[in-house]
Amino acid sequence: MDTAALLIIEVLNGISSLALTCAGLAIIFGMMRVINFAHGEFMMLGGYTTVVATNAGVNIWVSMLILSPLVVGIIGILSERLLIRFFYGRLVDTLIATWGLSLLLIGIVTSIFGNYITGVSAPMGNFSLGQYQLSVYRLVLIGLTVILFVGIYLAFTRTKLGLIARGTMQNPEQASALGISPPKVYMVTFGIGAALTGLAGGLLAPISQIIPTVGFTYVAQAFITVITAGTGAITGTIVASGVFGTVRQLVTYETTPIIGGVSLLIVAVLLLRILPQGITGKIFRRSL
Amino acid sequence: MLKMIDLHSWNTRGLIFTGAIMLALLFLGPTIFDLFTLLKVILFIAMAMLALSLAFIWGFGGILCFGQSAFFGLGGYVYAIAVINMGESTVPILLAIFIPAAFAMLLGYFMFYGRLNDVYLAVVTLAVTLILYAFIRSTSGEEWVIGKARLMGFNGISSIPDPNWPGFPDSLLWPDDKFYVAMALLILVYFGLRFLLRTHFGRVIVAIKENETRAELLGYDVRFYKMITFTIGGGIAGLAGFLLVTFNNFVNPDKFALALAAQIIMWVLIGGVGTLIGPMLGSLALLILYNWLGTQNFAGWLNTYLVFGGIILLFVLAVPQGLQPTAQMLALRYLPWTRPPDADGGSAKIGARERVSSD
Repeated sequence: MDTAALLIIEVLNGISSLALTCAGLAIIFGMMRVINFAHGEFMMLGGYTTVVATNAGVNIWVSMLILSPLVVGIIGILSERLLIRFFYGRLVDTLIATWGLSLLLIGIVTSIFGNYITGVSAPMGNFSLGQYQLSVYRLVLIGLTVILFVGIYLAFTRTKLGLIARGTMQNPEQASALGISPPKVYMVTFGIGAALTGLAGGLLAPISQIIPTVGFTYVAQAFITVITAGTGAITGTIVASGVFGTVRQLVTYETTPIIGGVSLLIVAVLLLRILPQGITGKIFRRSL
Repeated sequence: MLKMIDLHSWNTRGLIFTGAIMLALLFLGPTIFDLFTLLKVILFIAMAMLALSLAFIWGFGGILCFGQSAFFGLGGYVYAIAVINMGESTVPILLAIFIPAAFAMLLGYFMFYGRLNDVYLAVVTLAVTLILYAFIRSTSGEEWVIGKARLMGFNGISSIPDPNWPGFPDSLLWPDDKFYVAMALLILVYFGLRFLLRTHFGRVIVAIKENETRAELLGYDVRFYKMITFTIGGGIAGLAGFLLVTFNNFVNPDKFALALAAQIIMWVLIGGVGTLIGPMLGSLALLILYNWLGTQNFAGWLNTYLVFGGIILLFVLAVPQGLQPTAQMLALRYLPWTRPPDADGGSAKIGARERVSSD
């Protein structure tokens, strides 16, 4: 019984951390169709912001929920202005440019903080479930993920800004003719995506180890999930995270984390073979 | 067929020139280089071969693979495991080519028949590399044994036997021989690819790269051609992996690592996408730069990621075509004697464009 409950919590944890990893990318890649290979490094920067701020005496919630998104959002906007905007519409060039950006960011962080593992301890302590000890923070994280995705969904469907952003992504010329400046919309949307990525990096910092190259572990699974999501980026990402998170966590429970990662990839490749348009190409077609 | 040996054509002259230099290197190598340098040159050759594999599938097949190091590492490991078990190297070398090629074909089947493109391709190949890397690093336990070979996890497999001449299990290759074999294989692969690109198959894959829809409407099965291109690239990368193992009888999981995957892309990017010589020279230049950085003490804050990231950004922003096409363009513009002899002044520009697109 305890084991079953533990397994359910583990699976929910896997889903929520995968969904968090993908939230920013769902906007930047899923909606804007901008390939950001520095996604993992944005998360890494979010993690470092939380670690550095917390160790400097800032309240951990402030550093996770406010500082991380703020810092990474600013870095995101800078990257967009200085680099990424020159490559809009050229997929492969964007890919390589952001790949270069990703290596550069790793290099800068390594220069400043060194190639060491850092981290912060999770707040709020543990609770016991039968014979198992579980961290309260992991439960809070599941709740935060739900709130975050509901927030993103509402922001894009119910607010005027969200409407403008979606309209510009669909048809920049039309938006431009209506008096909206597409470059500005792209910049802001990219910044929001980056901020969400930083937030995810900050929130995951207490339950993961932070090293300059930690982004590598995030970027592949994030892209795979958002690609599998298809055109309805937000809904699709939730569904894909649900599928992949469950599979990975169950396989990991039975075997090792590495085989868990392999299972995620195999399921993704098979899914894309069956549904080339992604999950939202077949079901939830009219969702966002 | 006759056009292939047209001595007036620029491409033929370029090929003869390249071939002459490579042959000269092949025969003079052991004389000009001392033993230490010669071994290093074998490493460079292995990397140049790796660069060729990506230059072919990316520059001519239009397949941007972020995980070319997966096939490279696989080739190295397959050779190591097979030669330790068999004690003779002829079959292991063939396995080092065919198993990565078969793996590439399987992966290619899922990717190309699933119609994955651009970023999708990049991500899937990247993920495969990451997973192989993580997997092979986790094999340090006693239970990871294939026949007589222990995988040894992140320590890698060392003391891998030297290759021997096919059919003579007792006559091992000396360093000089290793160099001859490596260089001969590089020449073979380079001219093999050049030949392949002039066959019907080669023209079709370039046509697919230029315009996939058009090639498809002309009746070519794009998925099949791409899968075969990818398979060839995987096989060449596997062969490069074998060459690397002969360099120091050692293979470790770093051959799968993302850092190497990134370097391969840089070599091609710097040399010029759509060329074959450029990426080989690109790999040489960057490896020398990398070695040189390793010997410098001035740079406490300087690290490889910083340098690589900077180089990629510099090239993608300032020299997006890569060095070889840029050099050709500049030569054609400012050095009149490099213009094709059959082109009058008016068509020199067209000649320039042709050369750039066809190496």
